[in-house]
Amino acid sequence: MALVLTEEQSMLRESARGLISDKAPVAHLRGLRDSKDATGFSRDLWKTFAEMGFSGLLVPDQFGGSGLGCVEAGIVMEEIGRTLMPSPFLSTSVLAASALSRGGSEAQKAQHLPKIADGSLLAALAIDEGAKHRPLQTKLQATRAGNGFKLSGDKAFVVDGHTADLLIVAARSAGSAGDKNGLTLFLVDPKARGIAVERTAMVDSHNAARIVFDNVEVNADSVLGEVDQGLGLLEGVLNIGRGAVASEMVGLSDEVFGRTVAYLKERKQFGKAIGEFQALQHRAAELYIDIEITRAAVLKALQALDTDIGKAATAVAVAKARAGTTATLAVQEGVQMHGGMGMTDQFDIGFFMKRARVCQELFGDSNYHTDQLASGKGY
Amino acid sequence: MADLEKFRAETRAWLEQNCPPEMRKPITSDGDTFWGGRNTKFSSEAQRVWFERMRDKGWTVPHWPKEYGGGGLDGEEAKIVRQEMAAIGARQPLTSFGISMLGPALLKYGTEEQKKEHLPKITAGLIRWCQGYSEPNAGSDLASLQTRAVGDGDDYVINGQKIWTSYANYADWIFCLVRTDPAAKKHDGISFILFDMASKGVSTKPILLISGYSPFCETFFDNVRVPKSHVVGTVNRGWDVAKYLLQHERAMISGMGERGVGRPLGQIAADSVGADAQGKLDDAQLRSQIANFEVDEAALAAAAERAVDLAKAGQSHPAFSSAMKYYGTELNKRRYEILMSAGGIDALEWESDRSKGGARPRAWLRTKANSIEGGTSEVMLGIVAKRILDLPGA
Repeated sequence: MALVLTEEQSMLRESARGLISDKAPVAHLRGLRDSKDATGFSRDLWKTFAEMGFSGLLVPDQFGGSGLGCVEAGIVMEEIGRTLMPSPFLSTSVLAASALSRGGSEAQKAQHLPKIADGSLLAALAIDEGAKHRPLQTKLQATRAGNGFKLSGDKAFVVDGHTADLLIVAARSAGSAGDKNGLTLFLVDPKARGIAVERTAMVDSHNAARIVFDNVEVNADSVLGEVDQGLGLLEGVLNIGRGAVASEMVGLSDEVFGRTVAYLKERKQFGKAIGEFQALQHRAAELYIDIEITRAAVLKALQALDTDIGKAATAVAVAKARAGTTATLAVQEGVQMHGGMGMTDQFDIGFFMKRARVCQELFGDSNYHTDQLASGKGY
Repeated sequence: MADLEKFRAETRAWLEQNCPPEMRKPITSDGDTFWGGRNTKFSSEAQRVWFERMRDKGWTVPHWPKEYGGGGLDGEEAKIVRQEMAAIGARQPLTSFGISMLGPALLKYGTEEQKKEHLPKITAGLIRWCQGYSEPNAGSDLASLQTRAVGDGDDYVINGQKIWTSYANYADWIFCLVRTDPAAKKHDGISFILFDMASKGVSTKPILLISGYSPFCETFFDNVRVPKSHVVGTVNRGWDVAKYLLQHERAMISGMGERGVGRPLGQIAADSVGADAQGKLDDAQLRSQIANFEVDEAALAAAAERAVDLAKAGQSHPAFSSAMKYYGTELNKRRYEILMSAGGIDALEWESDRSKGGARPRAWLRTKANSIEGGTSEVMLGIVAKRILDLPGA
């Protein structure tokens, strides 16, 4: 497969870019932040996303979606990264749609997927518990009770957790923290008794929540995939999420870089454009090269996910690790080269820096994925 | 798509049948690379057999036209040949500056007569070429070169000196930049010319490097007569040819950083520093350096693949090879710093049989030239800043 976008994919990019840059420039996020919006994204805009077929992008045709793949989801994420548009696309259309279509029973798919496609259902994936992403360390306990389970424990960094109509929760049904066996995924109604959701305002003004589960009763039908054998499904879904977030970071980095190069050409000091100084030229060139190499690695990972998700782990680890370091470099250079202006809230660059930091942590930072690569290769 | 899959299956079967097992082992010494040329010798029977089979199939250069001894393959097919060769670890049957540098320039700028004269001898490994670019006072500022070519009847008479001429002492012919109009601005008076290294007045002197090897030479021209018909492209427009060739040279050099042959770095390191019960290297910092390197190596490989695909789709920037050259060479230097650190004191032996004559430290020192030859890293960044980013005054 060629590592370039097909004509259809390029058209998708144009239509996503048109909509997002028009309806949700960075000012859109700024407005939601300044008004302390209770939802944290625009439901009207999400409706438009559904009408354009974006919300059901990964939902199979027979459930009302477009049945497209990770490359296409990555294209939309990259455009989201350019303007930092807050939306349920990652939580609902990428993560939940993948989890349900890959692990759901026919009944579960029929119940939820059409609603994801038409934009009427919002879902969130609850994985992390500690300060760092360590899915194997999952401790939230699922104890058998009657025909079902009782869930007890804490989740954090649940993206869009406070607006979700459906939670997908990773729990430990057997073994202890660190074991590969004994993980189970559950579909949980956030309004169920014993659940407390706290919206956590984050540095990037995007949605996240802490959720406490106190003996929450779920029935056997709420198991997604197989009891105790949830790791394979979870890793697949997480890898799709990692590819998507890596794409967002490529878009974010590219946007910051474009704004920074424009500033180098425009800002004058010592009687000339600061972009004439070799010290800045070389740093800009290095950043350009870094972004282009990461862009290729991310596209490679997305294609690998679409070709054979079981063999995509290394490519995804490379992509997420690279995207994290590239985005970190891009936003730091962006602020530094904008000088004092880059430190002001009035200027947009700071929003990108904050989002990049959050994207690093989402589903494992660069250190995590670099370590995964080393362990995978046996050293 | 179905045709390509058929082609892949046929290619795999052919390679499986025709590539000798010895030619699937990683390259460990200079003798493992076959350069061709008048005075060449094969280092083994397997090397000869592999070269001749690939030559007869046109696959020493799969993507060149058949009439010049190439395989006539399109971009997709050539990529499949590369991938299938890589899959079994097959060595290149023929390595030459004729393939990686002169050939692309001749295909674009050469006359039909020049193509017919030179390209088949490149694909058949008959002539080994060297590159006469740098001079003692024209390194990064290449266009300030002073080697003179003065017209005399149907000939030019060439006088001057080149330096860092790779393998000039083994080469049969040279592609050379000479000044044909000293009055013109520096980029405008240069011509690109070809001549036989056996011509009267050509001499070479190897330069001993920090590696203890002499891969480069000083090359002297003392009243060398060369027919004017040997100029490639337009007289005084040789800079266009030179730049075009440099793009290919840089693309070639950038490939060094993604040369994932031989044993994985993690295993090499485990041999000397040891590993814990879980198999993790006993040197946590080294483990982290290797893992970071391998992340970047995999990303560079994807970028190289994408660069080829973009070129095929007509979407590539002509200066992008400078970006790849920069990253690939810096990465290759990192690889060898890691190899030296992983080897510890064993990697310091310079002459013993145990160390294969100090192969690793010599290779480590050799890599330091990667970010100098073919344009320094600093020149590459300048080109990216000016030509791709369009920054002012660069």
